Amino acid sequence: MPSFTSVINLFAALFLLVAFAMLSQRRLANLINLYAWQGAILSLGIATTAYGTGNTHLYASAALNGILKILVVPILLRRLVRRLDVQWDRESLVRIPTTMLIGLALVIFAFNASLPIAGLAHTVNHETVGIALASVLLSLLMMILRTTALSQVIGFLALENGLIFAATSVTYGMPMVIEFGIALDVIVGVFILGVFFFHIREQFDSLDLNRIEGRED
Amino acid sequence: MMLLLIVIIPLLGAGFFGVFGHRQWAFSANIAFSAGTFLAACAMTVRVLHGGPILAFHQQFFIDPLNVFLVDLTAFVALTTSVFSRAYMRIEGHTGRLNPARLRVYHAMYQLFIFTMLLALTTNNIGVLWIAMEGATLSTALLVSLYRTPASLEAAWKYFILCGVGIALALFGTIMVYFAAHGVLGAYRALLWTHLDGVKDRLDPAIMTIAFVFLIVGYGTKVGLVPMHNWLPDAHAEGPTPISAVLSGLLLNVALYAIVRFKVLASGDTGAHWPGALMMGFGLASVLVAAFSLARQRDVKRLFSYSSIEHMGLATFAFGMGGPLATFAALLHMTVHSLTKSSVFFTSGHVAQKAGTQDMDRITGVMDRNPAMGWTLMLGSLAILGIPPFGIFASEFLILTAALRQDPWSVPFLILGLGVAFAAIFRKTQAMVFGATEIPRAPSPPSVFPSVLHLALVFGLGLYIPHALAVWYTEAARLAGP
Repeated sequence: MPSFTSVINLFAALFLLVAFAMLSQRRLANLINLYAWQGAILSLGIATTAYGTGNTHLYASAALNGILKILVVPILLRRLVRRLDVQWDRESLVRIPTTMLIGLALVIFAFNASLPIAGLAHTVNHETVGIALASVLLSLLMMILRTTALSQVIGFLALENGLIFAATSVTYGMPMVIEFGIALDVIVGVFILGVFFFHIREQFDSLDLNRIEGRED
Repeated sequence: MMLLLIVIIPLLGAGFFGVFGHRQWAFSANIAFSAGTFLAACAMTVRVLHGGPILAFHQQFFIDPLNVFLVDLTAFVALTTSVFSRAYMRIEGHTGRLNPARLRVYHAMYQLFIFTMLLALTTNNIGVLWIAMEGATLSTALLVSLYRTPASLEAAWKYFILCGVGIALALFGTIMVYFAAHGVLGAYRALLWTHLDGVKDRLDPAIMTIAFVFLIVGYGTKVGLVPMHNWLPDAHAEGPTPISAVLSGLLLNVALYAIVRFKVLASGDTGAHWPGALMMGFGLASVLVAAFSLARQRDVKRLFSYSSIEHMGLATFAFGMGGPLATFAALLHMTVHSLTKSSVFFTSGHVAQKAGTQDMDRITGVMDRNPAMGWTLMLGSLAILGIPPFGIFASEFLILTAALRQDPWSVPFLILGLGVAFAAIFRKTQAMVFGATEIPRAPSPPSVFPSVLHLALVFGLGLYIPHALAVWYTEAARLAGP
């Protein structure tokens, strides 16, 4: 069904676009919004795949991802940002154009690397696995380049989005139990990190990791 | 059902300590829960030895000779560490580094960590294996930063982020294995290891290659393989000592176990060589880098955590070589390393606690102050360096023998690594144990029982491996090393 595949491809393209936007976004509040958008696109993409293929368990996966990534995690993150009072902090990123170029190179690499996988998959959306891998690499790049603890974590969460997207593209998602397990780990992780941020702030008066890691070994 | 008890006791323990973990008797209760887990593990071992592998709960749990020995080792080290932790953490409490809230977190997370380790070992589902490994990171991150010092927070952050990314890559690898298998097995069974093992010759080699590369980098981060090892020395040095002991003695083993399971799948029926070669490369790099880093260490716990990287590298290398002898040696090495290293961490933790510093230049004359502690530290260090009567000598000797036969080119590198490590650790421990001190004798000797027990076991294993144990290792080696 070509119409479904083009809708799915549209979502995949938007997914990648958001990954790029996150790479260049300096403000923490906007970064969280972008994360929520990425979650929404992911969940809609899964729902479209479910509709197109008649795979009912994918609806549950779409709902789970939707609730978790549009509502729960962004709400937790926003509360955290408010309580830490860092929502207006702007990160001093170095050279956004260079970052974008590295990002482009990663996308090309990901598309090439994923060709054998895409060729072997029999799903309707197998072409999107390249995009999934590209956004995984972009999230990794974001984690490397960012210096504040919170934006590294958002990069980490975006990485997980990319992985779920990859799972949907090649196999119509993992079994439901496993998806629940992954979701549980994500929520627990965000909670623990929340506690952790306060400890870091208490000690260092800052969430800037350069100040933490500059200490004597 | 014994199998269920093994995972349920620590889980109940975690919930229990979430409420009562700050009480004075919580230390003893921690021992009781760990002892319960150990007894359940023993009971299950007897059943497996008599009745063969167990598959239970819709095939979600699976016990064979390979993982049953790791379950026993995990439960045993968890038990002795809880005994050690009672003595050690009480002293920490007196010095004001712990408050009730921290103590509650400590006990609850300790049991939760043991739960995730045992779940990872006993599950048959590679998805659950992943969830349990991620759970292990989550439960120990707050323990590494328990003292809230700047260094411990940095260590915990590094641990969280590096292992988080590592484990995310392992998830991609797991998805790829599922992808390779779900066409052959169908959605329900494609994550069950026993089924995957049955069809490993029919899994697409191209996808399994991609999957295994992601899995070895992912789980390899948790094993502490070079170059993904950066988190390990920090996490070991900054966390409370019982946590260093269980991280080194248990977590690294379980992560290596995961890699070995996937290596069996990736090698396929023909025993393809490249997954083994990849493991050998990572292993050898770890041995060499860790050995040369040892000489530069000043912190006693960092010293021994680099030694953990070295030993895990050696075990990974041996698993990579494959074949019955090398795999047997690797399993033995995992056992004796785990026992010896936790013993060394117990003693060096006590030593550092008494001296009030982890800086080796400022720790001297341990033997003068407390002969029992001096001897256990000295013998433990000699054991970890592979001095003959101890078990590590036996396993390292077997690994070198296997390497001489199968991959002679690697022997000079291994000897170099072991030699450099020997020089570094021996020089530093010797200076700590002997040498003059002005500090008077310690009035109350801390608990050395767990360290001595571990060393005695390692000593025994070096002299004589009981027949039942040898049969069991051979059986496990057959499963792990095609």
